[in-house]
Formats: sequence, C-alpha cells, structure tokens
Amino acid sequence: MTFGGVPGLVEVREAHGETTLVVDPARLVEASLHVRDELGFAMLVDIAAADYLGWGQGGVAGHIGTPAGRSINHPGSQGLQVLPSPKPKRFAMNYHLLALRPGAPRLRLQVWLDDGEAVPSVTGVWATADWHEREAWDMMGIPVEGHPNLQRLLMDEDWEGHPLRKDYPLGGEPVRFSSAE
Amino acid sequence: MAIAPERPEIYAGSRIPRIPTVLELPAALRDSDDVLQVNFGPNHPSTHGVLRLVVDLHGETVVGLNAKVGYVHTGFEKNMEAKTWWKAITYAPRIDYLAYQANELVFVQAIEKLLGLPLPEKATWMRMLLCELNRIHSHLVWLGTAALELGAISMFWYCFRERDQILDLSELVTGYRMHTRYFQAGGLAEDVPPGFYPECRRFVETMPGAVDQYEDLVDRNQIWLKRTKGLGLLSADDAIALGQTGPVLRGSGVDWDLRRDDPYLAYDRVDFAVPVYENGDVYDRYRVRMDEMRESTRIVEQCLRRLERLDGEPWIADDRKVVLPPREELHTSMESLIHHFKIVTEGYRVPEGEVYVAVESPRGELGCYVVSDGGPRPWRVKFRGASFVALEATATCMVDAYIADLIAIVGSLDTVMGEVDR
Repeated sequence: MTFGGVPGLVEVREAHGETTLVVDPARLVEASLHVRDELGFAMLVDIAAADYLGWGQGGVAGHIGTPAGRSINHPGSQGLQVLPSPKPKRFAMNYHLLALRPGAPRLRLQVWLDDGEAVPSVTGVWATADWHEREAWDMMGIPVEGHPNLQRLLMDEDWEGHPLRKDYPLGGEPVRFSSAE
Repeated sequence: MAIAPERPEIYAGSRIPRIPTVLELPAALRDSDDVLQVNFGPNHPSTHGVLRLVVDLHGETVVGLNAKVGYVHTGFEKNMEAKTWWKAITYAPRIDYLAYQANELVFVQAIEKLLGLPLPEKATWMRMLLCELNRIHSHLVWLGTAALELGAISMFWYCFRERDQILDLSELVTGYRMHTRYFQAGGLAEDVPPGFYPECRRFVETMPGAVDQYEDLVDRNQIWLKRTKGLGLLSADDAIALGQTGPVLRGSGVDWDLRRDDPYLAYDRVDFAVPVYENGDVYDRYRVRMDEMRESTRIVEQCLRRLERLDGEPWIADDRKVVLPPREELHTSMESLIHHFKIVTEGYRVPEGEVYVAVESPRGELGCYVVSDGGPRPWRVKFRGASFVALEATATCMVDAYIADLIAIVGSLDTVMGEVDR
C-alpha cells in the first residue's frame, strides 16, 4: 500500500508491524475520505486520545553505573532507564482503521494537537465516530469541530475538568477528612 | 408487538439518523401533545447494567431516542496508568465482567507485543481453550437474560445450569470463578491442574445437547419468533458505517471474524465455521450466537486434544526479567529472590512504543491501545469495547419500532455496561 496520495500527510511510521500515518489536523477529513474511498478502510474501529503532558519528565535514574544524568540518590524505580523520544504536541488523536478484506489490514491515523486546539469531526466519514469523539471531548477535553452533538458522554453534564488528562488527579473528587477543614 | 413477516425485507439505503446515535423527534411531532417522554432506566432489569434511554413515544411507536451512559464509569483506564504493568492486568477482566478472559487476553497480548515476548505452545492452546469457554459463558448469560426479558423464564435456568459448569471449570484451573487473572505476560500464571482435561471433556460432550435443548425451547415458540423476527433491522452497510463487529455484524450478513481473518493465538490451526445470517434482525443475531456456541465447543475439543499431548511442557516463557520465578526456587536461589522482589515491587519495564491489539471477544472486536514510555507503568491504556460501539447502533435499529420491541432490540445488541462506561 502506498500512502503518497494521502492529503496532509506529515509522516509515515512503521513499528511493531503497525502503520501510523501522521496527518495535519486541518486536512484530517480529506485524509479520512481518501483512506476510506481509495484505500478501502471502511471501518473506523476506535478513536483513542492520549495526553503526553510530562512525557519523559520522570528523568533518568538508577544506581547501575553512573554515566552523566544518572543520580545515585534516585533508585531505578523513580525514573526511566532511557528518555523516550519527544512528542510534537501535547495531545494525540489516534484513529484506528480496519479494511474488511483478506489479511485484515489496519491503519492508524494520528493527529497532534495543543491544549484547546480543535480537531475536525469525522462523523461525516464514519458514523461510528459520534460517541468516540464525545468520549475524547469528555475524558481529554479535545474540542471537536463540526460534531453534530458534542456533549459529555460518560461524566455528568456539569462535571468540571477532563478526568483522563495527566494533570487531573487520581481520585479527583475533593474529600473532607475532618470537620475542621 | 409487531407482527413479523416470515422473512424480513432488509431495507435499501441508509437509516442512520443525522446524529448517528440519536433519534430526533420529527418536526411534525415537535409541538404535538401526543408525544410522551419516558425514561427507560437507569435502573431497569432489562438494560443489563445501568443504562438510561430517553424515549419519546407517539402512541406505542418510538419516535425519539437518546441513550445516556456513564452510570458505571469507574475510571479503569486512569487507574491502570497508576499501576505497574503486571498489576494492571488485574483491572482488565473487570471491564467486561462476562467476557473476562478476552479482556485479560487483549491486555496481556498488548504487553507481549511491546516486549516481543514469545508464548509457549501450551499457553497458546490453554488461552484459546479458556477464551472459547468464556465465549460460551457469555452467550449463555446473553441467551438466558434476553429470553427472560421476552418472558421465557425457564430458559434462564437451563442456561445458567451450563454456565455454572463453565464457572466450575474456571475455578478448577485458576482458583476463581470470574476475573481469573490467569494470563500473565509470557504465558499462564500456573500449570493446568490434574483432572482438568477429563472434566472439560465431559463438558464438551454435554454442551451440544444442551444447545439443542435451548433451541427446542424457543425455536418453534410463536411468541419468541414474533418478538424477534424482522425487528431491529440493521443493513450490512449501516453496520459497517456504525463500526459494528461480532454477532451484530455477522447477523447483518457481513462475513467477518477476527479469529479467521486476522488469526491470533492458534486460531489458524483449528477447524471452525463462522456463522453468518443475512436479515440483520434480532432473530439472526440470536441464530449467530447459538451457532457460535456449537463452534466454540468444537474449538475447545480441538484444544483439549492438543493440550493432552503437551503434559509436562512449560506454560510460561523463560524470561526472568518479566516472569516471576517458580516459587520453590526462592528458597535456594539468590538471583530468583532478587528477580521476584524486583518484579513485585518495582515491576518490569516495557519498551517505549504504542500498539493496538484486537481480539474477537464474544461481543465483537475488543481492542486495546497501549502506550508505553519505557517505564514500569503504562502511559495510556484505551479499551475499544464492542458493547460501546454496539450501543451506538440502537438509534438506527429502533427506527419505526414499538416500545415493546425496545427491550428485544437493546437485548439483541448484547451490551455489557461495564465495558461501555469503563
């Protein structure tokens, strides 16, 4: 399969036997139509948003050897062994596609977004994107432009914050431990 | 109750509404006094969990529908980010509490894909066996409860009779009846206990007869047929556009099964048929699941035949950086003790990368997207639940349906709310 004709293509990556196409968010809908109609990816299986805030900032740690950058006071459990490669922006939206033909080829469309940057909706291309995009908005706070019904999906309508963001604390509801507080 | 034709006509064109998951009130009815809005759920025995459907009724006809989910959102994915890889495995089966083995499998396979860990023969076949038993288990619970909702109470008892045998088998192997956490990265947590194969063989011999029995109960029952045939129609094109997988897709005439078309474990080395039916109604989804129970029994039998020859073989990969050392070595080997301590406290590290792994769960494609930053905890875990997607098809299936059919239609999509809300 060649991806040369995909509109807005930034990068093609192959890893673990999976193909990732990084596309320009502004041309996502064009790219989606292209892979659906020209390359046959009729089914959108999943949309997974990921937050990369603090990616690799745990730093390198470990007692083993002391090359530059390793602190003898930080045991291995408190950091990484090597720094991961940096990410272009904070959020990634991953569109997992499947073609219903022999060999079951899969493709991942990936767009990178800053905080508050909107991504165009692909509900017009794959109807199933409806709830997936609502979940991305609800859990990660990624605004979806052109979605017909962009509301929270899993959390209450008046919920504040987006729970799957990295800066949202685990057990994020404030709890009073004593009456004095 | 709709009077069903013998052979329903599948519609031409698309019936997906403007908002794919919401049936909007037609303009002509918007100011009508004849429209009654009803909350179906969140606590209703036939929603298989906690689901609220806001339904607009015009007489008996459903003219508007909006599904509200999230009542059992527990933040599995967020919690898994805070746990080491091997502790996070415990969370996976609890997401879909009927297809727990499939959930466990997909997460463990994602870890193994990132680690590049090979799987011993015995673990491959044992995983397949348990996943197929689990498929039968899930279909039995579906059949029992779906029939119960349509008034066939006795079906529930018969289905739970066989379901209990499967839970007994599960207990025999893993020590737990559900949420077994028997799959480890690299293989299985323990060897298959003695006495399991004969017990399982006994089950395999009785199961086809039991499926015949279920069919005898409902297949010529006029009430069952009229409440399932020609209802909840979904065409093949709409099913694909709505991302449907599993029995819902195969009941709409699309011949697609990941076990055959994208084989994992050893599904390319067993013989089984993929049932496909073409009418896209509740009845055909029921037929697909009945046939799948038979086919799964055949797969279990083939796995048993292989496994009986694999006695004494290793059940987990030999990689001490990832796999816990055998218990008895801890008393004699310093290295084993250190490895054990490191894995239990710090956890093993998984190389940086992102993978998407998919398996065919009883409900369809169960996917797991995992990102690792090279540390001992997952950076991001996202589950693609087939129930989540199946529920998106409710609005399309409910076009022109009656309120009484709502229960049959939502039931036929076989959603587990734990998997929808995560």
